Amino acid sequence: MYRSQKLSLRYYTAAVALFGVMIVFGLLSALYYLYPAMLYNVFDFHMSKIMHIDTLVIWLLMGFLGAVYWYLPKELGIEVEGMWLAELMFWIFCVAVAIVALVFVFVQYGSANEFSMWFINQGRKYVEAPRWAAIGIVVVMAVFAYNVIATCIKARKMTGIMWVLVLDLIPLLAVYLDAFPAVTNMSVDLYWWWWLVHMWVESTWEVLIGCVMALVLMDVMGTSRRIVETWLYIEVMLVLGAGILGLGHHYFWIGTPQYWLGIGGFFSALEPLPLLGMVVHAIYDAGTHRMKTTNQPAFFWITAEAFGNFIGAGIWGFMMTLPQINLFSHGTQWTVSHGHFAFYGAYVCGIIAVLYVAKQQTSGVDMLAGRAWKWGFGLLNFGMVGMVMGLLLAGMAQAFYGRAIGGSTLMAFTSASENAWFVSGMWARLFFGFVFAAGYVVLVYDLLTAPKRVPVTRARLEPA
Amino acid sequence: MDIQDPSFWRAGAISTTLVMIVVLAFLSVDSMSVISVGGRNVPKYDVINHQIGYAYNWSRRADVPVIGGLEPLFGKTVTEAQATDLMRTGKLVIQSRACMDCHTIFGNGAYYGPDLTKSWLDPAWPQIWMPMTGKTTREDAMVEFLMHPDKYPTWSRQMPNLQLSEDEARATVAYLKWLSAIDTNGFPANFGQSGKQP
Repeated sequence: MYRSQKLSLRYYTAAVALFGVMIVFGLLSALYYLYPAMLYNVFDFHMSKIMHIDTLVIWLLMGFLGAVYWYLPKELGIEVEGMWLAELMFWIFCVAVAIVALVFVFVQYGSANEFSMWFINQGRKYVEAPRWAAIGIVVVMAVFAYNVIATCIKARKMTGIMWVLVLDLIPLLAVYLDAFPAVTNMSVDLYWWWWLVHMWVESTWEVLIGCVMALVLMDVMGTSRRIVETWLYIEVMLVLGAGILGLGHHYFWIGTPQYWLGIGGFFSALEPLPLLGMVVHAIYDAGTHRMKTTNQPAFFWITAEAFGNFIGAGIWGFMMTLPQINLFSHGTQWTVSHGHFAFYGAYVCGIIAVLYVAKQQTSGVDMLAGRAWKWGFGLLNFGMVGMVMGLLLAGMAQAFYGRAIGGSTLMAFTSASENAWFVSGMWARLFFGFVFAAGYVVLVYDLLTAPKRVPVTRARLEPA
Repeated sequence: MDIQDPSFWRAGAISTTLVMIVVLAFLSVDSMSVISVGGRNVPKYDVINHQIGYAYNWSRRADVPVIGGLEPLFGKTVTEAQATDLMRTGKLVIQSRACMDCHTIFGNGAYYGPDLTKSWLDPAWPQIWMPMTGKTTREDAMVEFLMHPDKYPTWSRQMPNLQLSEDEARATVAYLKWLSAIDTNGFPANFGQSGKQP
């Protein structure tokens, strides 16, 4: 095993641990909707929510880093360059995350001054971490970029996947610099904040997970490089072709010119196309190999990623992206439904697939199968779909009663939030949240349990 | 042209991405001119010296802000520089207290509390909080509420006490008044109309 793959396992461990923290704070956040007096003035909803979404971002990022550190030496045939720096960064990253989490739990907020921005809480959704920590993430990403590029140079080898990855690192790093400013004008602030959030989540991360999935497909299913690289280019073309101006669907209501209604509506309606491409790709590969693989869990999670990404990000996004609908659905639990489904489908499923790839190699079995992973797979997917449906129900009640009929005032918001459909949706979300949490427990159990040795003959790949 | 050749799609990916980046750059330059303070959609900060309304505009087919005559905030007209200072503090309050991790502004943020885009215009201030706080003006009721939200519960989800000083609360109210004057292409629709869409 390469040294960078050992680092990768550390990143995976940290990512899975933070995945658990994210679920705990997700359940807590769900509980506030049903028991709003809980922890009042001690640890309120906003801090729980910050912990929930910030750990989401960090564990996915750690999962991506782990996946690239895992595949980089395999792809280029040599050890990753600058490993000591990469290992140092891992520990700095972990310590920084722990300090920020402790500050969020025990300090929570400060006064209206620059000190609070630098050391306590920036109060910008997804990037609440104080500036020092945001700078730390930039440093970690810069070292990561150095590792990738320096290894390519040393190996004197560039595959198509590596070109895409290296070029994707530029915007991945550049747009994160947008995590720092505290622009007074909210319209301008949100304009650039969306460059960060959208360009990470709906563009650069999509390309990054596309690279990772390409590597996994070659590894798990033996798909030819020519096919995965062709698909990767098509995905990049469609993701960035639709996604860059698809940014416009965030510019409907922030004070920006009216032309964004048309541009954002049109291009974001195209955004499901590359995700549909991934589904076609997955079905094509599965059919070619007659559903046979040496790593069943990874194969099923890749397939879940393709479908989850298309339905969660694509269909759920399309459902509310046209401005005529978005005027009423924007900023309701409908958005939360889309957000959960999209993050899960696009990224969580992909990272779990990579975890199983690592498990197979570290345990040295020819075939990874068994029962527990199926329970984890079923509970996590069932839990997520249930949460998404509950949130959709609640969001639609808000859009209709609070927005369209009620007129968006405080009283309209209140009455929509007390509507029976909304409350039912919140209970459903909580219940399925616990189902999801049970799935996480099984997933962790399965990842930590030594696999049974199954003869590989049952699963030998058909020639492509 | 061989569509099975990866280099064909690589060329497509590069050219499509470059074209889209250039288009986005042009649109961003134009958008900045519209959303900068004093631009077409975002008024100067000293708009807080004026009455602000929100009414349906038939030619735009959307609700738009209506800037009226003088109505100084806290009864005191401020200069542009004073208004800018107030806004800077108000924005820092909104960030330091992570307001947008419960509320939304322009629909962006979290969904536990109501949207604040037009909260300055919310009928709940004169109808509920002015009598509740014993204050005679909307802005004084807002300051009192923001400083002591735990004293004025209106429903089960209560805003926590985030230890705002009086200066911070006044700056936040100023910020919310300015926000309500931004043209948001009709978001939120029918504000305060309770279904009376034209």
